Amino acid sequence: MGMTMTQKILAAHAGLDHVEAGQLIEAKLDVVLGNDITSPVAINEFEKCGASSVFSKDRIALVMDHFTPNKDIKAAEQCRQVRNFADQYDIKNFFDVGQMGIEHALLPEQGVVGPGDCIIGADSHTCTYGALGAFSTGVGSTDMACGMITGTAWFKVPSAIKVELVGKLNKFVSGKDVILHLIGKIGVDGALYRSLEFTGEGVASLSMDDRLCIANMAIEGGAKNGIFPVDDVTLAYCKGRFQREPKIYAADEDAVYDEVITIDLSALRPTVAFPHLPENTKTVDEIGEKEIKIDQVVIGSCTNGRLEDLKAAAEILQGKKVAKHVRCIIIPGTQSIYLEAVRRGWVETFIEAGAIFSTPTCGPCLGGHMGILGKGEKAVSTTNRNFVGRMGHIDSEIYLASPAVAAASALTGYITDPTK
Amino acid sequence: MNAHGTVHKYGDNVDTDVIIPARYLNTASHQELAHHCMEDIDKEFVHKVKPGDIIVANKNFGCGSSREHAPIAIKASGISCVIASTFARIFYRNSINIGLAILECDEAAKDIQDGDEVKVDFDTGVIENVTTGKQYQAQPFPPFIQNIVAKGGLLNSIEK
Repeated sequence: MGMTMTQKILAAHAGLDHVEAGQLIEAKLDVVLGNDITSPVAINEFEKCGASSVFSKDRIALVMDHFTPNKDIKAAEQCRQVRNFADQYDIKNFFDVGQMGIEHALLPEQGVVGPGDCIIGADSHTCTYGALGAFSTGVGSTDMACGMITGTAWFKVPSAIKVELVGKLNKFVSGKDVILHLIGKIGVDGALYRSLEFTGEGVASLSMDDRLCIANMAIEGGAKNGIFPVDDVTLAYCKGRFQREPKIYAADEDAVYDEVITIDLSALRPTVAFPHLPENTKTVDEIGEKEIKIDQVVIGSCTNGRLEDLKAAAEILQGKKVAKHVRCIIIPGTQSIYLEAVRRGWVETFIEAGAIFSTPTCGPCLGGHMGILGKGEKAVSTTNRNFVGRMGHIDSEIYLASPAVAAASALTGYITDPTK
Repeated sequence: MNAHGTVHKYGDNVDTDVIIPARYLNTASHQELAHHCMEDIDKEFVHKVKPGDIIVANKNFGCGSSREHAPIAIKASGISCVIASTFARIFYRNSINIGLAILECDEAAKDIQDGDEVKVDFDTGVIENVTTGKQYQAQPFPPFIQNIVAKGGLLNSIEK
């Protein structure tokens, strides 16, 4: 019986010729990741169990991105603890304010992760790196601590849903609409414990930014990982940035899938997830022109803080003004995306439109800082979760959408179809 | 290993943001986290929970963020066991890794009501609703997982 792409990567990292769904394995890890929220818990566990060395100082990445620049004294203390740990163990990939970006925008960009890797991260959106053809999954802090010590993790080999992509996306429709459409179809636990393996002729037309966005939200369908095949787009992206040799794995012809879902990219429309679950999707055509009045727009996050996302926003905001009652917050994913946005004149566009442009941070996505919602307020956000209270008050509402929908909505003050 | 306590019942898709809101993630203190456990779904939880109590919920419990603070907050609040129809996978892993007992049992999750008195035998996977007298069979942990739990969590079970 053939293996899925995920199973082949796991088998190789477990030193096995063959694995099958349900099997428990111990796999070697290429990269172990943590952030300023999850690493302190991991470091406490690391120290409590008496560990005195890490498996590799080059293969641990610590990114200070959630509550940074430090939002309060406690956040500052957490970063200080991680900084001291990074110093003590000479961790190469320690990213502090100045170098840091939002972890899942940063690690692919910096070439820390790449094709064929087996990666765990103490952050649920670690599944993002599946876009590069890696097996990558979110874990908790204890797994992170164990991974930092041993360079290994135990996994239950997942079965998979095959997502066959055909056709091409239309203008103003992006990777975000693809993944929101899929989650709307399968539900927030539709891929629970399983892989989402994206394949089909439609993959070739998707940019790396689209793929990173799609893989990023695999967890929002409950998936263990999302993964894309490695093609010319992937290899071109990795060239000159990936620090190691890419290893290319492909699913066997006779791989077995639990189910196959086909998505015609050309038929997709801009899609919005209504409160309070990412599965509550509607296309913009199903939303009245002045149905949902908004107070805030957030464009950024590990889901949509990349260059193409800012470009989509800049094109829509160019020469226009954000509606008076809307606070429009735009946050680049990394320092180099920030710099590129400055060079291309987009920052001027944003500021002239009445938006604000911030240093990279996860900030408002998880209700940390930089844009918390008050009681009854509504936001259109390019982030990944619209759970109760996620961005602030438990009586606030988050509508998840693409940068194009978010920017168009910022101009009118209502959820708006960017194609109009 | 056994559990015996009063049930706090919740619905589908209880996410880690409502279990422990991100505004409290600037600390790793177990007691501080416990103080805000379930705050955004049930403000009264911290006032009514007693040591040994049991949480019962429907599908996809613990979905969302990977924050280990969520099972830590639940365990530190005194909860002895969580029973659900299904768990989100990162929460499932984290619970085992920190030694919070969890069981998947759809029938029990649907039947058991808020305030019921429930007993759990982790070795056999038998869940007994003392209030109604009804029994349910959950899948006990496989030996691989039992080893991690028996040693008091993942970090005690690895060679350093």
